[in-house]
Parts: sequence; C-alpha cells; structure tokens
Amino acid sequence: MSLLEGFAVAAQPMYLLFALGGVLVGTAVGVLPGIGPAMTVALLMPLTYSLEPTAAIIVFAGIYYGGMYGGSTTSILLNTPGESSSIVTALEGNRMAKAGRGAAALATAAVGSFIAGTIATVLLSFVAPYVAAFAVQIGPVEYVALMVVAFLTVGALLGSSVLRGLASLALGLFIATMGFDSLTAQQRYTFGSPFLADGIDVVLVAVALFAVGEALYVASRLRHGPIKVIPVTGGWTKWMRKEDWRRSWRPWLRGTVIGFPVGTIPAGGADVATFLSYASERKLAKGARKKQFGKGAIEGVAGPEAANNAAAAGVLVPLLTLGIPTTATAAMLLVAFQRYQIPVGPQLFENDSALVWALIASLYVGNLMLLVLNLPLVGIWVKILQIPRPYLYAGILVFAALGAFSVNFTPIDVIILLILGILGFFMRRFGYPVAPMVVGLILGPIFENQLRRSLAISQGDPVALVSSPIAAVIYVVLIIIFVLSFWMRKRQSALEAETTADLEDDVDDGTGTPRASAAPGGPDADGTSGTAPAVSGDPVGPADPGAAAGVPGARSAHGPDTVSGGAHSGASSTKNRKEGP
Amino acid sequence: MSTIVVGYVPNALGDAAVEEAIHEARRRDAGLVVVNTTRADRLVDPGYADDTDVSRLEGKLAASNVKYEIRHGTSDATAAEEVLEAAESLNAELLVIGLRHRTPVGKLIMGSTAQTILLSARCNVLAVKLP
Repeated sequence: MSLLEGFAVAAQPMYLLFALGGVLVGTAVGVLPGIGPAMTVALLMPLTYSLEPTAAIIVFAGIYYGGMYGGSTTSILLNTPGESSSIVTALEGNRMAKAGRGAAALATAAVGSFIAGTIATVLLSFVAPYVAAFAVQIGPVEYVALMVVAFLTVGALLGSSVLRGLASLALGLFIATMGFDSLTAQQRYTFGSPFLADGIDVVLVAVALFAVGEALYVASRLRHGPIKVIPVTGGWTKWMRKEDWRRSWRPWLRGTVIGFPVGTIPAGGADVATFLSYASERKLAKGARKKQFGKGAIEGVAGPEAANNAAAAGVLVPLLTLGIPTTATAAMLLVAFQRYQIPVGPQLFENDSALVWALIASLYVGNLMLLVLNLPLVGIWVKILQIPRPYLYAGILVFAALGAFSVNFTPIDVIILLILGILGFFMRRFGYPVAPMVVGLILGPIFENQLRRSLAISQGDPVALVSSPIAAVIYVVLIIIFVLSFWMRKRQSALEAETTADLEDDVDDGTGTPRASAAPGGPDADGTSGTAPAVSGDPVGPADPGAAAGVPGARSAHGPDTVSGGAHSGASSTKNRKEGP
Repeated sequence: MSTIVVGYVPNALGDAAVEEAIHEARRRDAGLVVVNTTRADRLVDPGYADDTDVSRLEGKLAASNVKYEIRHGTSDATAAEEVLEAAESLNAELLVIGLRHRTPVGKLIMGSTAQTILLSARCNVLAVKLP
C-alpha cells in the first residue's frame, strides 16, 4: 500500500517533470566519458537549498539511473565507455556496431536495462522493508561491524589496487575527523583557524575530487584525436529482429539475477556484476554463438547491460535501509539526505516512509522514461559528444565554484576546493580511486560516534565489538565477501586476459589478410571471417592502420608515407603533408 | 604555377567541393591543396576525416591527374584559420569551400567556418552548393 502512495506522489506532474529532468541530465552525463552521475549529483547539491526533499531526491535518483543507461551508448558507438560499468558492453557492443548491427546493440541495451531496472526495482520494493525491519533492531556494536564492512569493501574493492583504495579511504577518514569533536567539543586538526572549526564539508570534497580533479586531468591531456561515431541506420522500430529478441531475453533475466544481489552486497558495485554476467553468457553460449563472442554477440551486450541496471537498484538496498553507500553516487545520494537533516538508516522506512516510497516509485517512472527517451534520441546523445571540452569543463568548474561558495558563503571554501581539486588531480593521475575517500568522509563521523558509543557501553572493552552474535556473523560474512570477491577478481582478470588474447588473434588476422581478400566471396580460409565480415578485430577503432590497409589502389602507390601515422599520433599541431604526383 | 586551396569535410558537401576544385584546377592549370584539420578538443568531430576518408579522398585526387597535396592533422587553430593560413602562405589563386544552410539554433550557438573564410580571405572564394 505504501508503494501505491509513493506512486500517487511520484505521478504528480511536478514530480514527473523533475524525474524527466533528472533522467535527461543523467543520460547526458552518462554518455560523456569522465563525467559521471556522482560528479553531477555533487555539482547539483545546491539544489537542496531550494527544492523540497522529495523533488531533489527524485532528481538525483533520476540522474543515477540515467547514468546507467547513457554509458552504453558511447560504449557501443565509440568503443569509449562513458561509465566504468559499461566497459564490458564495449567488448561486444562495439563489434556489433562495426558489423552494422549498432542499432540492435543499442536496442538490446536499452530494453535490457529497462527490464532489469524494473525487475530490480520490484525486488528493491519487496526486499528493502524486510532489511529495514531487521536493521531497526541492531545496536551500535552491530553498526560498527557494518561500517567496517562498508569501509573495507569500498576501500579494497573499488578501483584496481587494494592499497591505493585503503589509502584513499584513510585520507577520507582523516578529513572527516577535522573540526569539532562531537562528544567533547575539542578542536581537531583545525590549526586554530575558525574556518576549519566545522570541518570540511562533504560536498566540498566531493565536488573537488570529482569535478575539479577531473577537469584538471582532462586539461592536462586536452587534445586527443577525435573518434568517429559509427552511424546508426534505419528507423528505431526495426532495430531488433525477431532473432535478437529470442537471443536477448534470457541474458536480460540472467543479468538481473546476477546484478541485483551483487549490487546489494557491498562488493564493488555494478562493475563486478557486468563482468560476472558477461562471463556467464560467454560460458553458456553454445556452438556458433560461442564463436561469435569477441566478434559481436548480442548476448554479451544484453546480459551486462541488464546486470548494471539491476545492480544500480541493488545498491539502494543498503543505502536506504542501513545508510551505507557502496558506490560514489550512492554516497552523494546519502549526502543529499543529510542536507535535509533526514537521518538515513534503519529508521528511514519508518520516519520518512512517504519520501522513500516516492523515491522508489519514481524509479519505476524513471525507468520507463529512459526507455522511451533512449531509443529515439540516440542521435542527440551522440551530438553531446561534439561539445568542445573547454566549454564543457568551464561550465563544470563554474558550477563547482558556485557549489563550494554556497556551502558557507565564504571564499575560503573556494580556495579549499581548489587545493582539494589539485589533490584529486594527482590521485587521478596516479591511479588512486576517489570514491573510497568520499565514502570514508561521509561515514567517518557516523562510524566514530557509534564506535565511541559502543566502547562507552562496554566501558572500554574492545572485545564487546566482536562478541555480539550479529556482529560476529557480520564479520564472518565480511571474510566470505572478501574471499568471494578476490575469487571474482581472479576470474575477471582471467577473462580480460582471455578477451585481449582473442583480440590480438583477430588483429593478426586483420593485418595478415587485407580486407579486400577477406570480403565475402574471397578465400575464407581462416573460417572466422565468415561470421564477421569487414574489420571485426581492431581494438583501437578508427585509428587502426589495418582499417586503412583495406583500401586498394591509390594508397599503396604512395609507399609507406601513410597519412594515418601522423594524424593520430596524438601530438598537437602535427601536420602531415603529402605531395601528389 | 598557381594554387587552389580546398576546405574539406568528410561528407557529400566536402566531396562536391573537391569535385568542383578539381574542375577548376584543370581549367586554370593549377595545383590543389586540400585542408582538413581538427582542434581535437572534443571527443567526436564530424568535420574531421579519418583514415578511410583520407584514402578515399586521395584515390579521387590521384585519379584526377591534378597535382595535389593533403594537409590533414590536429592543430591549435580553427579549421577556418588553417584554410586561410594555407591560402595566404601559398598565395592561392582561389579558395573552394562547401556552403550549407544552417538552422536558427545552429546560427545562435555555433560560429561559421564558411562565413569566416568568405569574409577574411584575400583571394576569391568559390562557394560550392550541394548538388
């Protein structure tokens, strides 16, 4: 019943408009590589000053879901994943696009995302209240255990290196301790400066790391050769053939089943789910379809795209019931709740049930909107990629500075923003993930309070932290999660190695036999080119000299002085001059 | 020997401009310089020719038996500045560009490469329309 009330709220025209705005912005930032939903929510945090909670949360949730949809478009058409959770989609999706099946890949990604998103939202609506009912009973000791789980999984599992993740987490926890101590009101790490007495605002850090750091990073490597978009032909109603539907629906459902639980347990968010889904699809495929993997198998797009959307809904379970974010975007959603003084945790479903159910209902609505928006509007999303980076990042920096200034209305905050932004640039440059830092910063104060409370109850006896049965179970689960995730890591890197090996094989084929001879009708000796005509196996897209080698005639007559070499060398202002006969 | 500079974009309009430029080059007995550059400051630049486009262009030029040169690559300057700079430095006799309609929104947001070239060129400019 409460869900129906949520729908009654979410279906109001005003909230529908907010949801539409959210998913539009979300898809746009999902399409753009380097700009993600976490950065966008951080930049739009000043919205919380003027909007009422329901509206703002609906906008942010729309951005979160929209980002999941948008990432697939760039993966498929450009081989440049817009989001980390779309990396797997690029493997098969880009191959499909090159073989002229881009429309089918986009369609199966969008429909799969819709189906998985909807099923996962249904699961969320059923699972979350039960988890919340259980969570209400837990005390500070168990809470501490859950926080430890969140810290370690987020720190160790987001990003590629455990040590760097934990370093980033520790940095976040350190910043979290700045300012007044909440129990004794002593100043910590403030250097006597009144500006630091309240600590550094989470939004400031998030905006600095996500927006300023990213902008500096992009500026440091501004001029990179443009990529050609693979054009999508035909009306969108004819995008998927009957066979595509038949081959897609099982991967969609499997992706959902894999994605939702992986999103729910803090095991690295949607990325892991997509890899698991891809691996299982690859394993389950038989015969000719198995051979098609690595050359544009539709199952390899349908499964992972479903999995990442299902995981996106799964992430909301620990967020809404326990107040524990497991991805950067979830962390920013938590900040939005905090901005409204809404305590996120076990009590959320009781105290603010209207808001929570409106949020969940808006997810259903948003999913439907995304399906309708995505298929016909692909052309517009691709146009977004033509925006020159200076304009884009200038806008982002303006928003970042405004957001920083609006925290306390002091210019000091803008200076702090800049300093943290430079820190963010170096973190990005040296491969430190920024998400653990933000999560640590947000959860740090809560963790500290609960820890000191439980130690106060046990009169300083640390054994009490592990002696409660529930806490003990949680720690055991933590160990299991770690063992499992390292096993999954291994599988993932094995899979990656396997895929890249496949790609290299393909490249050998491509350069060995120019396209002219591998074309249909030509000698089909290697057997692989039968399923994938044209240049199926170039990993770097249009810059691949193999693609140019296929063009006969004039080119070879001019000798080794090929145009492709200089044009894509990446150095700025290189010009390639070429004299004719 | 005089020179004709062509601003090329990889689409039907660019091809039409090159056709026309070849025609002019034969008539005037001039050499052709085809310019196509990008500032590379965006992820996707539809005006920039990739390797396949360049090979196609080369095939076309080679078949025309006109003396030609292709200037292709990334540069800090805008496409218009590159074309103008080429015409200036080569003391070109004629500039050939493609000209198309723009939407009101497009006019509001984007500058026009064609307009810059038309107004700032020292030599004559031949504006080619889509056939």
